[in-house]
Amino acid sequence: MVAANTTQPLSITLRVWRQADARQPGKFVEYQAKDLSPNMSFLEMLDVVNDQLTGKGEDPIAFAHDCREGICGTCSCTINGKPHGPGKGVATCQIYMRAFRDGDVVTVEPFRAAAFPVVKDLITDRSAFDKIQSAGGFITVRAGSAPEANGMPVPKPDADLAMDAATCIGCGACVAACKNASAMLFVAAKVSHLGLMPQGQAERDRRVLAMVGTMDELGFGNCTNYYECSAACPKLISHDFIARMNRDFLTASFRTSFKPESAGASGGAA
Amino acid sequence: MHLFGLFFRSSIGRKILMAVTGLILIGFVIGHLVGNLQVFQDPDHLNGYAQFLRQLGPWLWVARLVLIVSVVIHIWAATALTLENNRARGPEPYGVKYTIRATLASRSMRLTGYVVLAFVLYHLAHFTWGAVSRESYKDNLELYTMQNDYRFAGMPVVKAGAEVHDVHEMVILGFQSPVVSLFYIVAVGLLSFHLLHGFDSLFQTFGLRSSRWSGCLRKVTVLFCLVYFLGNLAIPGAVLIGSLRPHTARVAVSGR
Repeated sequence: MVAANTTQPLSITLRVWRQADARQPGKFVEYQAKDLSPNMSFLEMLDVVNDQLTGKGEDPIAFAHDCREGICGTCSCTINGKPHGPGKGVATCQIYMRAFRDGDVVTVEPFRAAAFPVVKDLITDRSAFDKIQSAGGFITVRAGSAPEANGMPVPKPDADLAMDAATCIGCGACVAACKNASAMLFVAAKVSHLGLMPQGQAERDRRVLAMVGTMDELGFGNCTNYYECSAACPKLISHDFIARMNRDFLTASFRTSFKPESAGASGGAA
Repeated sequence: MHLFGLFFRSSIGRKILMAVTGLILIGFVIGHLVGNLQVFQDPDHLNGYAQFLRQLGPWLWVARLVLIVSVVIHIWAATALTLENNRARGPEPYGVKYTIRATLASRSMRLTGYVVLAFVLYHLAHFTWGAVSRESYKDNLELYTMQNDYRFAGMPVVKAGAEVHDVHEMVILGFQSPVVSLFYIVAVGLLSFHLLHGFDSLFQTFGLRSSRWSGCLRKVTVLFCLVYFLGNLAIPGAVLIGSLRPHTARVAVSGR
């Protein structure tokens, strides 16, 4: 990494995964990116390379991006084997070219997971996360004007912990970093941020069972406690939430298996 | 899904099975080591202890059954989870493989598991079935006459004067072969390495681990694995350096 205040331009060799669509095989293609400002972001560098490709009449590199300020979770490159690149606690859009040295060979790949099929080049379809979310990542409440803020007391430590989990932007870096392509950190964050709040208690058991069940069905891997996920997470969400989800799942399994059911649905007591 | 399905089919359920069976097996290896360290006392202790275990009769088989079921579930869950994990990466592997912080112990669980399984089978063949190193197997050694009562939890379970198998002698003769001893040492070393990841992982799986005490848990794990390894190293180590010798002159000659 060069000094943070440098203005010395740098040149790198890019090895980029190019794949026309999900059905066709992909391969690495090399591009030279010359005279880059060290203070341009990684995605701006890709913009510059794409300008040059377009000028030559070639197909530009497709990559996912939206807010470019680290809060939307759209950008998703794996840079030199690490999801979101060399930084800690930042997304790809917050990586600057000063993180690299002049002459570096930089390999850029999509997030690799069976549940995240490649759409094109560096873009993957991460709608599997939406399916997990819609299986239980919500609370059933009256949707209307904002409720009275102090109507339901929430202990400050619980609110803080719930907020830690709620910082998840659903980018999928945890899946990409996990050697088993497991989505446990994402699901744990979503299960925990609602499970820690009083509003989330009514559906707590149903939520964890449904979200974990959907995660399993979608072909994500299983957790073997490598803790690569929390290290790659741009929001540095702790794997403590995975432990919390494991306990929630265990409790919910027993509770739902032995909980008496109302006879009302079958037309009265037997 | 009912409870059975939740445990045997879901990802977290099978992790919990791994943890529960792992815990049972950790409990066993601790007890096994503590029992075997009696080899450092006079032959009455280990031989009395071995005779006491034999006298348990059907209860011994209950314990064995629990261990066999644990091993089978542990291996089945590991295999099923690993196959799914391999599929989950998708059609294309990463061009650049990079590890941020996963420990070597965590990444070699499968390999250390295979070696431990091979070792367990050899260990059973050696001391339980007598299929290898037959000349020093307990059936082929002279019976040992207990000098004193063997007490377990304060109760005399094996009386003085009883004729019992000479397990003490069998262990020492068995470890006089450097090849066998070194294999044991390497295998328990790898088992300790396996537990270096397994021991604190089971707290994570049960949801009992958090950053408030994970540093402490890690230190306890490392200390446990080290003590476990040194305890296991002591037995073949002491035989190899000659501080544990056969108690009868007859077999000392044939022991080599």
